[in-house]
Amino acid sequence: MLKVTIDGQTIEVPEGTTILQAARMLGPEVAPPAMCYYSKLETSGGYCRTCIVKVSKGSEKDPRPMPKPVASCRTMVMDGMEVQNKTSPELVEARKGVVEFLLANHPLDCPICDQAGECHLQDLSFEHGIESTRYEFERRTFKKIDLGPHIQLHMTRCILCYRCVKVADQLTPERYHGVLNRGDVSEISTYIEKSIDNEFSGNVIDVCPVGALTDKTFRFKSRVWFTKPVDAHRNCDTCSGKVTLWYKGDDVLRVTGRKDAFGEVADFICNTCRFETKKTSDWVIEGPRVIDKKSVISANHYLSDLKVPDFAYEVGEDYKKIDDTPKLLNPAAQ
Amino acid sequence: MGKKLLLANDHIPGIQGYEVYRKNGGYASVEKALKTMTPEAVVEEVKKSGLRGRGGAGFPTGMKWSFLAKPEGVQRYLVCNADESEPGTFKDRYLMSRIPHLLVEGMITGSFALGAKTSYIYVRGEYYYIIAILEKAIKEAYAAGWLGKNILGSGFDHDMYVQPGGGAYICGEETALLESLEGKRGNPRIKPPFPAIKGVWGCPTVVNNVETIAAVVPIVNDGGDAYAAIGIGRSTGTKLISASGHINKPGVYEIELGVPVEEFIYSDQYCGGIKNNKKLKAVVAGGSSVPILPANLILKTVNGEDRLMTYESLSDGGFASGSMLGSGGFIVMDETTSIVKNLWNFARFYHHESCGQCSPCREGTGWMEKILHKIVHGHGEMKDIELLWDLQRKIEGNTICPLGDAAAWPVASAIRHFRPEFEEYVLNGHSIKDVKHYYSVNRIQE
Repeated sequence: MLKVTIDGQTIEVPEGTTILQAARMLGPEVAPPAMCYYSKLETSGGYCRTCIVKVSKGSEKDPRPMPKPVASCRTMVMDGMEVQNKTSPELVEARKGVVEFLLANHPLDCPICDQAGECHLQDLSFEHGIESTRYEFERRTFKKIDLGPHIQLHMTRCILCYRCVKVADQLTPERYHGVLNRGDVSEISTYIEKSIDNEFSGNVIDVCPVGALTDKTFRFKSRVWFTKPVDAHRNCDTCSGKVTLWYKGDDVLRVTGRKDAFGEVADFICNTCRFETKKTSDWVIEGPRVIDKKSVISANHYLSDLKVPDFAYEVGEDYKKIDDTPKLLNPAAQ
Repeated sequence: MGKKLLLANDHIPGIQGYEVYRKNGGYASVEKALKTMTPEAVVEEVKKSGLRGRGGAGFPTGMKWSFLAKPEGVQRYLVCNADESEPGTFKDRYLMSRIPHLLVEGMITGSFALGAKTSYIYVRGEYYYIIAILEKAIKEAYAAGWLGKNILGSGFDHDMYVQPGGGAYICGEETALLESLEGKRGNPRIKPPFPAIKGVWGCPTVVNNVETIAAVVPIVNDGGDAYAAIGIGRSTGTKLISASGHINKPGVYEIELGVPVEEFIYSDQYCGGIKNNKKLKAVVAGGSSVPILPANLILKTVNGEDRLMTYESLSDGGFASGSMLGSGGFIVMDETTSIVKNLWNFARFYHHESCGQCSPCREGTGWMEKILHKIVHGHGEMKDIELLWDLQRKIEGNTICPLGDAAAWPVASAIRHFRPEFEEYVLNGHSIKDVKHYYSVNRIQE
């Protein structure tokens, strides 16, 4: 086990853990933001540079600090390493710079973007960005491309995190899309707009941190914060069948994988589950999905600290009866 | 004139061909290494020579070679980085087109030292005619028995291939070069693992510049100590300098490291002074990506010492008042040069060549170019200079590969040393045609 200190908090982690993973073990408050790293996808990370941290002490053996900020998603923990994330003012400044670069060519069309409300770039710029942009030139734009019947690619919004390329590489039998051109005109695309057609292609929508890849069955149906997420499962031959259903009224507007606090899905799901089974009768409902209380999606839906019981486990001997006898608000008044 | 090691024979007619090259002592290093030395002894000689990478970073070659992982049963590779695309650098082109066999010879000797059975020469795509020259040289070497199976009866097999690049500056970065060599998109890899552990085809690989590999030939022939005797301190041996710009004699010069910069610019042996008797304004000492220095700082350091053509002396004073030897692309600018326009040109280059993988470089290089475009065309504002300064600071050090740094350093140094000129562009809203006016406005001593 290796000892690592991140922003003053120490944790022991097994060998081969990255700084980002160690920070995530300490909790979402400590973890640096990540736009391109995805723990379920191999070789992801290192591109967006939002997860940079300052290593103020290399290790117990070699205590020299690292000369430049490092990408925490790609840097392994060494024993005795000391890392500064939010406690280093120059790092906070550097990250502000990265956010500004990511936003420089982003269209900021949040009012008409389906991703708004669950967009990582929105969260990132809210938490780590500056108030206004200093970029005053025309932003680059691309034409929208239909990637098959279910997915639409709006390259203008893309931040080139390469996650969807990794999904296609690692989840699907053949990769039809990739990065064309270079520099600030490089784009995610398929060769001569060929459609992506395989059972797991829909996962590129889930991994996309912004609104560049959107679900055509959900486009412009509703703002995400008007929909209620509910965990559900079904027997599926191709995938685990564990999904989140997004309800508006009695209608399932869309189906996604179950995303955790870091926006990563637990299981990748197949296209049949995602696009074709949209009736409540198709699913076994497990209960409401807990969304991070900071998220706009959970606004007005649930009490922030209400623990949703997981019935599969808790209706056993561990089930504790809730003490519902009335109490005075101010015990001293008794 | 200093001692010449690489270009000693380049004036001989027909040296491109095998016969003439062999008659002039060619392939002696392969003979010596394969017949009388062990691979470890060759590495030891290179270490003793103090040879440093000639591609720009100046990392000690012997140390790089000794870092190469040597797991059992795994192929090792030597890759020659001939993707020379740094603006202002053209030494490798000269070397390869004039004495291609020197590179082939160095590759064989180097591969023997590293135990590499296969080596690649990755040539910049625009150098299409050099690819033909190199292929001819390799063919001749095969015919003469310097390549192939059981070379000189030593039991050492070696094959060499030439790989043309696709025409991207980024492929000169060693990991992007390896990606491109494997037939993929030329994006730099994220390090670690370093190529010495996992390089081309996932095997341990050494990537060296053309000039570095060529320098192995004199090191093996005359011994590492003889090589180390040339030069000053940790800057040993000779270096090819590509001199260009406003000088009387532009071209490729082989210098002994340690020649004073003043002598290099003004001596008739080298650049022969500034063209048309103009005054020196600024020098970019090591290819477009190193910091630009004004005349007073390139000739003397802040301590008043003469600046020498060595790794240490050129970087004396850090980036505040120093620069780097880099790849040896020595660009001289006279008093009529507009630094702002020159910087815009550099920024345009880096914008075009950014691979687009990591965000600071992808967005930042384009942004800087647009701001400079605005300033050069007379629409700049004072805040744009501050913004440029801030942007370069946020790009530098935050990217995957050194292209981000390479784009940031020229901007930083130009603003640091020539700020009044930027302000002049902003205030007067036109390009500086009358340089005398510029000097009088800013009260700079001519």
